[in-house]
Amino acid sequence: MREITYRQALNEALAEELARDPNVFLMGEEVAEYNGAYKVSQGLLERFGPKRIIDTPISENGFAGMGVGAAMVGLRPIIEFMTFSFSFVAFDQVVNNAPNMLTMSGGQFNIPITFRGPNGPAHQLGATHSHATECLYANVPGLKICTPATPRDAKGLLKTAIRDNNPVLVLEVELLYSSKGMVEEEDVELLIPLGEAEVKREGSDVTIICYAQTVPLALAAAETLENEEEISAEVLDLRSIKPLDLETILKSVSKTHRVVIVEQDRPFCGVGAEVSYRIQKEMFDGLDAPILRVAQEDVPMPYNEKLEKAVLPSVEKLIAAVKKVCYA
Amino acid sequence: MSQPEQRDEVEMLSLMLLIRRFEERASQQYQAQKIGGFCHLYIGQEAVVCGTVAAVRPDDYLITAYRDHAHALARGTSANACMAELFGKATGCSRGLGGSMHYFDREHHMYGGHAIVAAHVPLAVGMAFASKYRAEDRVTLCFFGDGAINQGSFHEALNLAALYKLPVVFICENNLFAMGTSVERSTSLKEIVDRAEGYDIPGTVIDGMNFREVRDKLSGIVGSIRGDPHPAFAEIRTYRYRGHSMSDPASYRTKEQLEKYRLDDPITRLRAQLAREEKLTNEQFDRLDKEAKEIALASVKFAEESPEPPLEKLYDYTYAMEPARPRAQGENSGEANRPGGGPPSKEKASA
Ligand SMILES: Cc1ncc(C[n+]2csc(CCOP(=O)(O)OP(=O)(O)O)c2C)c(N)n1
Ligand SMILES: [Mg+2]
Repeated sequence: MREITYRQALNEALAEELARDPNVFLMGEEVAEYNGAYKVSQGLLERFGPKRIIDTPISENGFAGMGVGAAMVGLRPIIEFMTFSFSFVAFDQVVNNAPNMLTMSGGQFNIPITFRGPNGPAHQLGATHSHATECLYANVPGLKICTPATPRDAKGLLKTAIRDNNPVLVLEVELLYSSKGMVEEEDVELLIPLGEAEVKREGSDVTIICYAQTVPLALAAAETLENEEEISAEVLDLRSIKPLDLETILKSVSKTHRVVIVEQDRPFCGVGAEVSYRIQKEMFDGLDAPILRVAQEDVPMPYNEKLEKAVLPSVEKLIAAVKKVCYA
Repeated sequence: MSQPEQRDEVEMLSLMLLIRRFEERASQQYQAQKIGGFCHLYIGQEAVVCGTVAAVRPDDYLITAYRDHAHALARGTSANACMAELFGKATGCSRGLGGSMHYFDREHHMYGGHAIVAAHVPLAVGMAFASKYRAEDRVTLCFFGDGAINQGSFHEALNLAALYKLPVVFICENNLFAMGTSVERSTSLKEIVDRAEGYDIPGTVIDGMNFREVRDKLSGIVGSIRGDPHPAFAEIRTYRYRGHSMSDPASYRTKEQLEKYRLDDPITRLRAQLAREEKLTNEQFDRLDKEAKEIALASVKFAEESPEPPLEKLYDYTYAMEPARPRAQGENSGEANRPGGGPPSKEKASA
C-alpha cells in the first residue's frame, strides 16, 4: 500500500483501463490538452494520444450522445462532465437514451458507458454549480451509480465502472480530489464491485449511513461522539447508491438498532428516504428509535458562505441527530 | 470491401411494395385495436430509404427516428418481426418491448427507432466515430425529419461530425411537415440544406419521390466518404400521404397538395421507368404486388399467434449482466453483451 491522492487514484484507474482495452476512450471538455479541469486526466493525452483522449466543444448533449452511439457499436466510452451540474444539459442522453436502449431493443443493445466527473456542492459555487445529482439519477432504472469517498474506492470503483456493460455514473467528490489515502500498489489489480457498502469504522450504539462528501464528515462526528459522548458509532459508507447494498446495511443495524443517514443531496425523495424505507420494511421491530436523516436544506444553494454552511449537512448537525436517536 | 454491387431495381421495387403493403396492413390492424401506442406510417416516402439502402453496404450503420418501419424492412428485418413488434409480442424485432417507434435489429445493422426528436443524431455521430476509431470504412446513415433540424442536439451533432471529420450522412427526410407545423412555420431558412453550410458540411438536395435519383446521389455521397471520412448532408424532399400518426386527420394541408404528390408516387414512378425500358411487365408487377400483400397478411397471422413477452422476464433487460471482457478492435459487441437475466440480486428487494 502507498498513500496517493483521490485525483491520482482516478488518474491511475483511467490509465490502467485505457491500457487494458483499446475500445476504451475518454472524451469531454478540456480532458486532453488542458489535462482536465481538475487535472484528473493529467498526462493521458501524452500517453494515449488524441485518438483516445478527446477534447470536445461545449456540447454536453452532443458528446454524451456520441458516447451512447459509440457504445451501441462496441466501444467503451468514458464521458467526463466538467461537473455533474452540467450533465443536466445532456439529461436526455443520460436518462432517456443510455439506460433505456437495452430494454427498448429487447436486449440487443446494452450501453457500456461511464459518465464521470465531480459531483456535489463544492465551496460557494452558487445554485447552478452546486448540484448533487445522485437522487435524480437514482430514480432511473438502467443506470448504476457509485460515489467513491476515498482514493482506494475511487480507483477500484472507476475501474469496475469502465468494465461494466451498463451505463454507470461515477460521481466523484470535487472537494476530495486532493485528499489522500492508502491504495494498493500499482501492480495490484484493484477492482471494487458496484453495490458493496463498506464499514469505514466499527461501532455498537448507532449506525451512521453516509456516502461521498458525508463520509469524512461522519468519521469526524464518530470520533467526537466516542471521545465526548461515549457513543460508539458505526460508520457505513454506501459507496454505491444503485445497486444498494441492503445486506450490509441490515447487518449493521441489527447490531446497533439505531440509524442516522447523512446525505450530500437534498432530502425530498432522496437516498435517505429510500434507505430508511427499506430498513423499516425489513426490520421494524429491530429499531430502538425512529431513523433520522441529515441532508441539505431543500433550497437552491445560496452563494453566501454562512448560508451555504447552513444548507449543508455538518458534523454538528450529525452529532445532534445521533444524540437524539440515542436519547443522549 | 469497398462499394457495394448495384442492387437489382426490380428487387428494390418489390421492397417498396412490401413496405407499402405492410403499412397498409398495420394501419388496418391499428384501427382494429390490435396495435397500441403511436404508429407513424411512411407511406409515400418509400423511395427515400430504399434508394439509400440500394446505395450502401449491408454493414453500413443505419439509425432513424420513430417513423421507422420502412427502415427496418429495408434493412432486412422480416415483416413478421416488424408486425409482431407492433403487436407487442415476444417475437418482435425488439421482443415486444420497443413498439412501433423503437424498432431495433442488430443483425441487420438497424440501430433504432428513436422517439425523442433529434436525440439520435448525436448517437449517429458516435457510431461514425467508432468506425473511424477502428479504421473501418463503414458509413453511418442518420435519418431524421424536417422537424429535427431546430433541436440543439442536431446542431451539436453536426458541428462535432464536421470537427472530427466523421463518416456520417445526415439524411433529412423533408416531408414538409412536423406534425401540423409546416417547414415555413418552423424554420428560418428557405432551404433546409443550407443548414449544412453553417457547419462546412457539403449538402445535396434530392428528389425523394424518385428512387433512382436517391440511389445515384447517395451512391456518390457515400463513395466520396469511404476513402476519405467526412460528414455529408442530404435533404431528400418527400411527402407522407397519411397523417403524422394514426390519430391525425392532417387537416392542416390541402387535398390538392396531397394529390400532386400522389401523382408522383415513387412506386408508380419506378414501375413506369422499368416498364418503359422493358424490364418489367404488368404481369410481373402484379405478381410482385400479390407477393407483398401475402407477406404482409402472413405477418399479421404470425403476430397474432406469437406469445406475449413473459412477465417473469420483466427485469431481464434493465441491466446487462455479464462482466465485461476486453474486446479486440473491430469486434462487434454482439452476443457477448446479451444480458443474462434478472435484476442485480441486491436490487430486487423493492416493494
Ligand atoms: C423532443 C421531442 N419533442 C416533441 C416530440 C413530439 N413529436 C413527435 S414527432 C414530432 C414532429 C416531428 O416531425 P419531423 O421531424 O418532421 O418528422 P416526421 O414526423 O415528419 O417524420 C413531434 C413534435 C418528440 N417526440 N420529441
Ligand atoms: Mg417532417
